[in-house]
Amino acid sequence: MAEIADTALSDNRLADAKRLHEARATRTRRFLLSPAILTIGIVGLFPLTITMIYSVLSPGTYGGVTWELSGEAYIQFLFERDIFDDTLTFSGSYLQIYGRSIGLAFVTTIGALLIGFPTAYFIASKPREQRNLWLFLITLPFWTNLLIRTYAMLLIIRDEGIINLSLMGIGIVEQPVSILYTDTAVFMGLIYSYLPFMVLPLYASLEKLDFRLVEAAYDLYANRLQVLRRVIIPMAKPGIVAGCILVFIPGLGAYITPELLGGGKHLMIGNLIALQFGSSRNWPFGSAAALILMAVVMVALLVYIRNAGKEGARHG
Amino acid sequence: MADTTAPLPAAAKRRRPMADLKKQPGFNQIAWGCIFILYAPIIVLIAFSFNDNRSVVLWTEFSFRWYVEAFGNEGIRKATIVSLEVAAVATVFSTIFATMAALATTRTQPFKGQTLAYAIINQPLMIPEIVTAVSTLAFFSLIKQLTGVNGIGYLMLAHTVFCIPFAYMPIRARLEDMNLTMEQAAADLYAPPLQVFRRVTLPLLMPGIVAGAMLAFVVSLDDVIITLLVAGPGETTLPIYILGQIRRGITPEINAVSTLLLGLSIAFVTLFFLLGRRRK
Repeated sequence: MAEIADTALSDNRLADAKRLHEARATRTRRFLLSPAILTIGIVGLFPLTITMIYSVLSPGTYGGVTWELSGEAYIQFLFERDIFDDTLTFSGSYLQIYGRSIGLAFVTTIGALLIGFPTAYFIASKPREQRNLWLFLITLPFWTNLLIRTYAMLLIIRDEGIINLSLMGIGIVEQPVSILYTDTAVFMGLIYSYLPFMVLPLYASLEKLDFRLVEAAYDLYANRLQVLRRVIIPMAKPGIVAGCILVFIPGLGAYITPELLGGGKHLMIGNLIALQFGSSRNWPFGSAAALILMAVVMVALLVYIRNAGKEGARHG
Repeated sequence: MADTTAPLPAAAKRRRPMADLKKQPGFNQIAWGCIFILYAPIIVLIAFSFNDNRSVVLWTEFSFRWYVEAFGNEGIRKATIVSLEVAAVATVFSTIFATMAALATTRTQPFKGQTLAYAIINQPLMIPEIVTAVSTLAFFSLIKQLTGVNGIGYLMLAHTVFCIPFAYMPIRARLEDMNLTMEQAAADLYAPPLQVFRRVTLPLLMPGIVAGAMLAFVVSLDDVIITLLVAGPGETTLPIYILGQIRRGITPEINAVSTLLLGLSIAFVTLFFLLGRRRK
């Protein structure tokens, strides 16, 4: 009897101690998390609400906003208002900028995938010691200044750049090929900027590839193309989706690349938004444009999450 | 179908050694092409920064001329100091915050709000930088209007926010590699929690913290978009200065400054890479 009472007592005490321990752990965790969460929450996330509010206000004369409710920013996105009689006519010029940005980001994503996939596969098939060096070489540009890399791109593709000088030197062309300030230049710049974003997630999933499966496929008389299509690519699918998202989102919001390589005529969403907060002094319209960009990004992220969820369900 | 009845020699020919099986035609060349694409422009830029010619087109002679001019340039010196100040402050705060957050989110039972905490910490990576930039600008201008307080502190705060996830990544990775046995042993020997942290956890975690700090520093030093919108007059950082110069026209001086900034980032990241390798 005494023994039973004793264990019951210690059980009780154990539960108490556990509860106390948990309460303390929660308190510590809150204390440790709060600086990061509060800083990001207040300075990083909360301002998005302000952007939302600003988008339905009226622009101030010298930038900023006046606190007057207005849907003008969203109307302006689709229509042009006549200065004299206030009538609205449909105008696709802003839609066109969004269309071009989405198109450029999409083509960049495909291009980066076509270059990135073979590269990631090549690295994954290397012996372990060599892989790190290759990864380092791919990652290094990612950490260097995007502005400077874009500037370096500008140096080689302009009319007096190395590409044109060599082409004319060999005698392939008489006149320099004008690449700079075209959509092609922006596309080249975007690929160059975001290629590492594609290679790294692809590598992460290809690294886990069990090459015995490849061997098994060959044993079953698959040819190289079939092995690639039926074995390697399906296994790398999570990496492909992640890589595409990581290239598409920053590509869509790119500012520096179109600014330097596209010139004034080839605006992308990022430049349009920055312009409204700069010389155009139309903060509400800039806010609306930023929110519409966010909406496009959210759609892309939802596609990603749905894909990732399906993937998880299949493996889990 | 027809293949299954193929004669034996053909099947034997198909069986190649493992290393060869991994190969896909053309992948090799594309990988080298990828490296070429990534490095050719940078190498051209670096090479021409040592060229003793104003035209930036033809190579004449090796010289440090543009570096000397860059160092003598008041604007570049000022911008460098602003850049270093902002990066230093952002690095210190983001690394401390990231270390605390990593300690809270790793090596614990799953807790309520864990996914939310991850999502918040990583949000600077999910939202396009231009959106963050204009939101932050709107927020700060509102605060400036309400309080009348100005200064470089705003820029430092904005940098701290986007540096946190970069500092967090290596610290968290390092913590996940550490098991709790050392800390438990110390606790068994009656070390109070704070002492366990100072004498055991912190020294073991140090390589991760240093790596995180280096990434945060590089990311802050390289930022353009957020700085461009948030920085007030007199808060020109080096990348913003370079952007202004590029808009005005290409000079070899920009090549020299760019090369220096590039060199700084490369040095840090190489150090980070070597630090990670020694650990293994």
